[in-house]
Amino acid sequence: MQRFKKRNNTRQQQNWMRNFLIILLLAFYGSMSAQGHDDHSGHNHDHSTHDHNHDHAAHAKGDHAKDDHAGHGCGHHEYAECTKGWKYDPAGTAMHHIADANAWHVVGNIYIPLPCILYAKGHGFSFFLSNKFDYSGNHGTGKKAVDRYILNHGQVMRITEDDFPMGVQDVCVVKDLDGHVTVNHHGKTYHAENKIVWDGGVIGGGGTSFYDFSISKNILTLLLAFFFLVFVFRKVAKGYATYEKQPPQGFWQRIIEPIFIFMRDDVCKPVIGPKYEKFMPFIMSLFFFILFLNLIGQVPFIGNPNVTGNIAFTMVLALFTLIVTTINGNKNYWAHVFWMPGVPAAVKLILTPIEVLGVFLKPLTLFVRLFANITAGHIVILSFVGLIFIFGDIGYCEWGIGRAGGSAIGMVMAVALTVFMSAIELLVAFLQAFIFAILSASYIGAAVEEGDHH
Amino acid sequence: MLLLDNTFWPILPDPGLFIWTTVIFLLFWWLVGRSAFKPIQAALKKRETDISDALSQAEKAREEMANLKAKNEDLLVQAREERAMMLKEAKEIQERIISEAKAKADAEYRKKVESAMQEIKNREMEMLINVKNESGKMALDIAEKLLHKELKGQSEHEAFVEKLVNDIKLN
Repeated sequence: MQRFKKRNNTRQQQNWMRNFLIILLLAFYGSMSAQGHDDHSGHNHDHSTHDHNHDHAAHAKGDHAKDDHAGHGCGHHEYAECTKGWKYDPAGTAMHHIADANAWHVVGNIYIPLPCILYAKGHGFSFFLSNKFDYSGNHGTGKKAVDRYILNHGQVMRITEDDFPMGVQDVCVVKDLDGHVTVNHHGKTYHAENKIVWDGGVIGGGGTSFYDFSISKNILTLLLAFFFLVFVFRKVAKGYATYEKQPPQGFWQRIIEPIFIFMRDDVCKPVIGPKYEKFMPFIMSLFFFILFLNLIGQVPFIGNPNVTGNIAFTMVLALFTLIVTTINGNKNYWAHVFWMPGVPAAVKLILTPIEVLGVFLKPLTLFVRLFANITAGHIVILSFVGLIFIFGDIGYCEWGIGRAGGSAIGMVMAVALTVFMSAIELLVAFLQAFIFAILSASYIGAAVEEGDHH
Repeated sequence: MLLLDNTFWPILPDPGLFIWTTVIFLLFWWLVGRSAFKPIQAALKKRETDISDALSQAEKAREEMANLKAKNEDLLVQAREERAMMLKEAKEIQERIISEAKAKADAEYRKKVESAMQEIKNREMEMLINVKNESGKMALDIAEKLLHKELKGQSEHEAFVEKLVNDIKLN
């Protein structure tokens, strides 16, 4: 009896220690993000409240000394005046953090420079490392222009005016209240535009003058995921070759096998049907690729890359599903699409356009769902972390308890809510990978199904 | 407002990410599909079929064992029956032999007794014949003696005859 009590005690102590460590970690995470965001929000304020004309005037007067002194290029105020609104911009911060970037913001002022591969019409390719923009201490906004390219909040932009000199130039990048980015160089104001995106100009992007094929944060994450998963799966495959007909051995094989068998027995086999083995590599690739990238996006301290919450990524995967479905579609499938058997001709006339549209709508829902879920999750977590800074502003501007006092109150709420949300996001990471895989499997299943069920 | 003030980058299909994702995913699909997913699936399938085969074989072996056991028991029962039968037969044979022997011995005995009786009878007869012969002879002798000796008186006669008779008796 006594021995049991003792053991129980030890276990309780272990539990308590674990909980304590988790809380410590979260507090550390919170304070680190606070540091990172302080820097960010300070700069953000700089953009939103700084008078552009004043800045221009300073340049016009040739007051370079002031710029040099500020160190951040264009003048940097430590704190905002409360009269012009609070300095923290939660929406901007969230938008910035879920976006792809040409420099990997780890924490605080630590950035990992990434290779830029840029192509402009009429100029050709430019290759350089993004730290050539000299963004240090400036929250991802470069103090230099390289070949007419500038870095604004981690995003490469291009100066539209042809008379801007090539090579490395000192610049001051300013974003005004309307979101337009201007560049000051030797007293002259230039304009900058974003990279080309394939939205046809419908949702805020469109055709500009240059393409960005850089190894960005998302692409580096993709590459890391690629190498990591290749390593893991080759190791697992080797395990199966070495320990033939034996239960799984080692860490990775033991983790992968139940997931693999679940995906095979509960997704591929029942959903695709008897021809499932042909499509298993595709479905498994989708599932594990999405799952791993979903999970990577939630690891704190490494910059939370939002790959699976980027529509270009999800679009490619859905496109592959569409291609695989279309290539493998049998006579029966196409009959169901174009001339549904077993219904009256009048209904067929209505059904055919719907079914044809459905061929494209199915992958569309597939990629929008994944993108929306992951991006929403990131935004919610960023909003909760943002509570720290919002309360910091309120504490400073309204309650008179200072930024630290307000932040402390915000931190209590932020940590609790972020823990809660992270738990949900962990579930969502698995769920969305599973949903993408099972729906892809069901589209393929519909395409290869033999028509004998009427 | 969100879209006006800040570019909502994740919803804009970026050609760079699009192309890189295409390349990386295709490579991943090809490489991992070929060198991992297919072999893993094959290994799992092999293991599973082996296990189910082994199980069905074990089941079969067990059935066979059960069959064998039943057969053995049958054999045992049969053997037991045979043994019982053999014992019974042996007993019968024994009894028969004994009874036969008894009968034979009886008959022999009877035969022997009969022959002994016959012998006795024969001997008796022989003896009788001998006695008759002897007595005849004796009578003849007596007669002769009588004839040879002169009979001197009646008393003497009688004593003599008596003496003869006593002689006969003594014989």
